[in-house]
Amino acid sequence: MRTFCAVAMMLAAAPLTLTAQLTASSKIDEQKLHAKSTETSALKALPRFRFENFTTANGLPDDHVYSVLVDGDRIWAGTDNGLGLLENGKWKTITTKDGLAHRAVISLALDHRTGDVWAGTMAGLSRISGGRIDTFTQLNSGLSNDVVYGVSVEGENVWVATAAGACRLDLRTGQWSLYNERNTPMVEIWAYGVSATASKVYYAVWGSGVLEFDQKTKVWDKYEDPDGENEMVLFKDQGLIHEITTSVSYVDNVLWAATYFGDSRYDGRYWHNFLTKDSGLPSNFTNVVKGVDANRAWFGTDKGLAYYDGSSWAVYRPSLTTGKPEMTVRDAQGHVSEVTVTSAPAHNYILNIDFQGNDIWVATAKGLSHGILQKEK
Amino acid sequence: MKRGTKRRLDGVVSALSGFVVILLCLGKWSGQLVRAAGNGRTGELLTYASPIELLASPDGKRLYVLCQGSDEVRVLDSASFAEVKRIHVGRLPRGFSLSTDGSQIFVANSWDDTVSVIDTNALAVVATWRVGAEPSSVLQGRNGQHIFVANRISNDVAVLNAQSGEEEKRLAAGRGASYITPSADGKRLYVTHVYPNTTAHRTAPESEITVIDAARAVVVDRILLNGIAHGFHVAQSADGHLGVVAEMHPKNLVPLAHLEHGGAFADTLMLFGADVGNQPVEVPLDELERYAVRPFGVAIAPDKSHIYVTNGGSEIVTVIDVRRLLAFVRTHRGPFAEDLSASSNYVVARLAVGHDPRGVAISHDGRDLLVANRLDDTLSVIDTQTNRVVSTVALDGPRQISVLRHGEQTFYTAHYSFQGQIGCANCHIDSTFDGLQWDLEPDGFGRDIVDNRPIEDLKGTEPFKWNGGNPNLPTECGPRTEKYFWRSENYDDLTLTDLVTYIRSLPSRPNRWRTPDGELTLAQERGKALFERAVDKFGNPIAESNQCAYCHSGSKGTSQKSFDVGTRKSTDNTGLLDTPQLTNIAMTAPYLHDGSAATLEQIWTVFNPEDKHGRTNDLTKDELNDLIEYLRTR
Repeated sequence: MRTFCAVAMMLAAAPLTLTAQLTASSKIDEQKLHAKSTETSALKALPRFRFENFTTANGLPDDHVYSVLVDGDRIWAGTDNGLGLLENGKWKTITTKDGLAHRAVISLALDHRTGDVWAGTMAGLSRISGGRIDTFTQLNSGLSNDVVYGVSVEGENVWVATAAGACRLDLRTGQWSLYNERNTPMVEIWAYGVSATASKVYYAVWGSGVLEFDQKTKVWDKYEDPDGENEMVLFKDQGLIHEITTSVSYVDNVLWAATYFGDSRYDGRYWHNFLTKDSGLPSNFTNVVKGVDANRAWFGTDKGLAYYDGSSWAVYRPSLTTGKPEMTVRDAQGHVSEVTVTSAPAHNYILNIDFQGNDIWVATAKGLSHGILQKEK
Repeated sequence: MKRGTKRRLDGVVSALSGFVVILLCLGKWSGQLVRAAGNGRTGELLTYASPIELLASPDGKRLYVLCQGSDEVRVLDSASFAEVKRIHVGRLPRGFSLSTDGSQIFVANSWDDTVSVIDTNALAVVATWRVGAEPSSVLQGRNGQHIFVANRISNDVAVLNAQSGEEEKRLAAGRGASYITPSADGKRLYVTHVYPNTTAHRTAPESEITVIDAARAVVVDRILLNGIAHGFHVAQSADGHLGVVAEMHPKNLVPLAHLEHGGAFADTLMLFGADVGNQPVEVPLDELERYAVRPFGVAIAPDKSHIYVTNGGSEIVTVIDVRRLLAFVRTHRGPFAEDLSASSNYVVARLAVGHDPRGVAISHDGRDLLVANRLDDTLSVIDTQTNRVVSTVALDGPRQISVLRHGEQTFYTAHYSFQGQIGCANCHIDSTFDGLQWDLEPDGFGRDIVDNRPIEDLKGTEPFKWNGGNPNLPTECGPRTEKYFWRSENYDDLTLTDLVTYIRSLPSRPNRWRTPDGELTLAQERGKALFERAVDKFGNPIAESNQCAYCHSGSKGTSQKSFDVGTRKSTDNTGLLDTPQLTNIAMTAPYLHDGSAATLEQIWTVFNPEDKHGRTNDLTKDELNDLIEYLRTR
């Protein structure tokens, strides 16, 4: 759409000769064609899903799903009332009676080497290993705080984001290391999310931007909103979009960061920010971001699930007005088109995302959704 | 051992090329050596072989004997028991196994945290790999890609690359992970552990069989063993339908006859697998006045006709008829663990062997069973057709019994207790601790519950007992133990002296939380400063008796005085408690006199509200973590 407007303005700006008009007309057609083909290719390229939704009606422990984790053929769902495990088509619920730290499971991580699952809850961190649950709290262990917003496993280390800072459990030695305002550039200590890799560890710290830990140098660094403005974006693409960060995802040496006021991508040199006004993001209020690779990422907002493929966007949600399933595509030129779909995520308020091959699992405020990739017809 | 070799063993006394091999008839064996040794024991420090595990080579021609005392694998000729070679390995080896192709032997060296790799052709160590804390058994996965090592102190199973020995990962196992056995098809590994998993204070202990998918090298299941505190060898029948764990089931909760009332342990087996259904079934080995104390080694006959169990404290091998056992568990409703009449339904023989029998090996045809008698340096040879000990093979080594050896035999036997029910090693597993709390004395049910303390490096930590009531080890191990625990037989003076000498000789095992160069890490340094501080964070002086380093002073971390640290419970007779030593405190959870603190953290986050157990409530969480990091180096 923006491309067409620009062309119209050019036409209005100068009187044209016939040849020029013809040429211009031809160019317009070319651009139209190009725009149409871009739109078509975006429509084709962006994935379409059939969403299967789980609620308490079909076995989910609770409809409020904070977190989701793909573990091979098994799916873990951290809900407000227990940890659900979908295995062989049936849900099993793990509760505090089984040793879970708390009923509300707000974060999940898989140790890919051992198969152990780590569950961050409102009252501690639990490890589920071969059916045994070990719980770490601020009273029985070195965990900095019982409210565990995020957890990520890297090698022998479990990195934890808590309401009182970041911490790391060294599984080999059992040592807990705490990171907070006393030993990092963290100003606020409300750590909301963590993404740990062998080279870098990133924390989303609510009110304190993004913290970076370099595994090699053991040095912490910090990324903040360069304009320091909570309400405005004065220096777009010059740094993190906002201090109120909620989620980070580090993949292929690229950092994706979500905030309540837009999202950011950082490749180590350049920042690129995403706002609703200049991207396909359905809302600046973003709860979660999960990178597929350096160029592609999924965003969970309060107004739907969004996918960015590096140039185009797709949004999947129940319509904000009718509630009917909706998929919209915004191509690189900003042209928005609708795709007819018959299913959508269970709710627009998206809290967590994980991938299962080409499928996607989405935790929402009212159910868990399984997006099954549909083959192009 | 092949059938043909067995005939050459029977009743033969032979001396072979410089090695002494003595075969003794069973009837004369039991008890006599101890008595003779008691009379003639020596104060010399002698190195005994202390055989603890046995392996037969794939062709049955060789017998490998893991000798814990001499840090060796001894290679014997299976037919003659002549010694072929001694291969020196690491310190205090505890477990070993053959590679899948039989070309290598892997040895878990428990005190130097290594695995020795022995080439079975060259009979030499060809590699030494570093592993986790206190490796206790080692096994190669059936596909040959991975080596699995059970680490007792780090409570995990290390997964090594079988080619390089490089550790790829560690799998969380039970507390004190120690023994690994493959399933019959090799797809699963079963791991047991010698200390109970953490449970809520004063609840029944729990253990597990950690089940590992050998190909994927991940934990896929944990078979819960309710009421079990200590698991040892695990075996599976050749058809894969019956698994057996040797284990101890303590009765340390109220309602409980105090320890002096006896019956403090049930010595049991846990059966699992298709033969017994979905849930494991616990069956006792004890019979009235015929206890089977400390089940350790397990072997199942190739035809699944019998199960053989070594009982270290009772110094016997228990023989079980599998058909009768399965018939019993299928026709009776459990639980059976404490039923002293149950075992007569399936135990068909109790064969006396040597001191502290441990590992067992059964010949491929099932005709011969070999037992390693750790504290006699002998092997018992049992004819499984007649259920008789047909010979006893003495390994080469000192024939004299030293004071330390006799003390150790006294520590590990159950013969001094009423009906032979328990021995020191029941609660001090492998001369350590048991992770349990007990009601020891007849001062009312549930009064003065006390946590079991470790016994390493005790010199300079007197007095003993949590109330400091026993001024020295002779009192602790003599009258007090005889009155409250044994209630049967007094030690003679020399035996008590030997026992005390042995206990005092127990060294502290290497501390795994110290850096190799002995330097403290930054966190440990910060913690040390907190441990030694005399002023709190607000600049206020800390009373001397409330400084960590005052009560926990000296190299052992005890001033040997009693203090009230505010942890007295309504069931305690006194709040004045002996200051426990800090030796290897990181591995001895739970904490406080009654074991109410499950972790070191809980001592201060839960049980120190008034700052009586040191001034700690001014600390931040980071600082408390630093203090604990330092304590773990003690």
